[in-house]
Amino acid sequence: MISRIALLGAYGIQSLQQLGQAGILLYRVVFFPPNVKKGFPLLLQQIYAEGVLSLLIILVSSLFIGMVLALQGYHTLAKFGASQQLGPLVALSVARELGPVVTAILFAGRAGSALTAEIGLMKATDQLSSMEMMAVDPLRRVISPRFWGGFISLPLLTLIFNITAIYGAYLVGVRWLGLDSGIFWSNMQSSVDFRADIVNGIIKSFVFGIAVTWIAVTQGYYATPTSAGIASATTRSVVYASLAVLGLDFVLTAMMIGDW
Amino acid sequence: MYSQRFIDSIVGLFLLLAFFALTLLAFKVSGLTTLFPTQTYTVTAAFDDIGGLKVRSPVKIGGVQVGEVSQIDLDPITFKAIVYMKIADQFNDIPDDSSASILTAGLLGDNYISITPMYSKTFLKKGSEIQFTTSAMILEKLIGQFIYRLGNNDNKGDEHAAQ
Repeated sequence: MISRIALLGAYGIQSLQQLGQAGILLYRVVFFPPNVKKGFPLLLQQIYAEGVLSLLIILVSSLFIGMVLALQGYHTLAKFGASQQLGPLVALSVARELGPVVTAILFAGRAGSALTAEIGLMKATDQLSSMEMMAVDPLRRVISPRFWGGFISLPLLTLIFNITAIYGAYLVGVRWLGLDSGIFWSNMQSSVDFRADIVNGIIKSFVFGIAVTWIAVTQGYYATPTSAGIASATTRSVVYASLAVLGLDFVLTAMMIGDW
Repeated sequence: MYSQRFIDSIVGLFLLLAFFALTLLAFKVSGLTTLFPTQTYTVTAAFDDIGGLKVRSPVKIGGVQVGEVSQIDLDPITFKAIVYMKIADQFNDIPDDSSASILTAGLLGDNYISITPMYSKTFLKKGSEIQFTTSAMILEKLIGQFIYRLGNNDNKGDEHAAQ
């Protein structure tokens, strides 16, 4: 019995220690800025690897999400004779919620897992230690560009997601179901507010960018340096990132609606 | 691995794409006022009841949008709603005895102001006031009156029946 309680305590201390390590990692990434001249090309490479290469999955999924949203929304709204409100429905749900959240979850699956696996493998094959041997700080050379690359890429991907989803809704609502294009856009414009809806969505995606890349980088950096360790670290990276995104989304929405 | 120059340009394209998306979101989706606002002049009208009229509601003549509501105030003495309308400069030949009424798009749609032109030879200009106005139809009031009347009829019917 006592040993069970001791086990629980040990588990608690271990979790706390991991959180502390993750916090120190974030602190070192954020407050020890890399050499601008050397770090900038590395940053661009990471934006390419995390942002540009995620573009395809973001474009395709956002187009289909917009189209499905329009299709479902149209048939529900048509029951109330309010099918002209399709534009606001799609634009508001995409700009406020779906855009930031779905992009962040896709990003965690597409780029976050790759980050964890890459860093974990670097650790398992002692590349990080050899960097330290050569007096290259692996945090500045490897971790920091990956963190900032994700932080910059995710909001940009969210913007692209938003506009493609709305275009998908336009395709279905106007081109297929025959809504009037002028009513679609003007109703959307009169009910979507730039500051309250679009900028808040972008703020959300910045927060998600920090959360997802932070979790991915930490899981990779503190992964057990074996094949099984990297596998479980990659899984944990995606699971934790998705959960963090959904939880943070609720908190942020509550804050934004409550005018904090 | 691709050359650094290739990666630089692809990332540049990516940034451009994202900023293009932001501009579209700002102007096309959220209807942020355009970079080059059209020249407008402001006229006012006093209404007894503006219903659900909001700032940026459209102002129409014959169904064509000619401007939008820019400001709504309450007159402290008469307690009428003073509505300021921005009308595009190209529509500078609206007769000044025209009437303004608040209508509803569809049964439950948004309110808008409809201006019905009359025949005066002098035109509306900056700061002029539209004299003839019709208030918004409030659905609840109409239903209330209808039910009231219905109730009265029923009573009369009962009285007749009693007699």
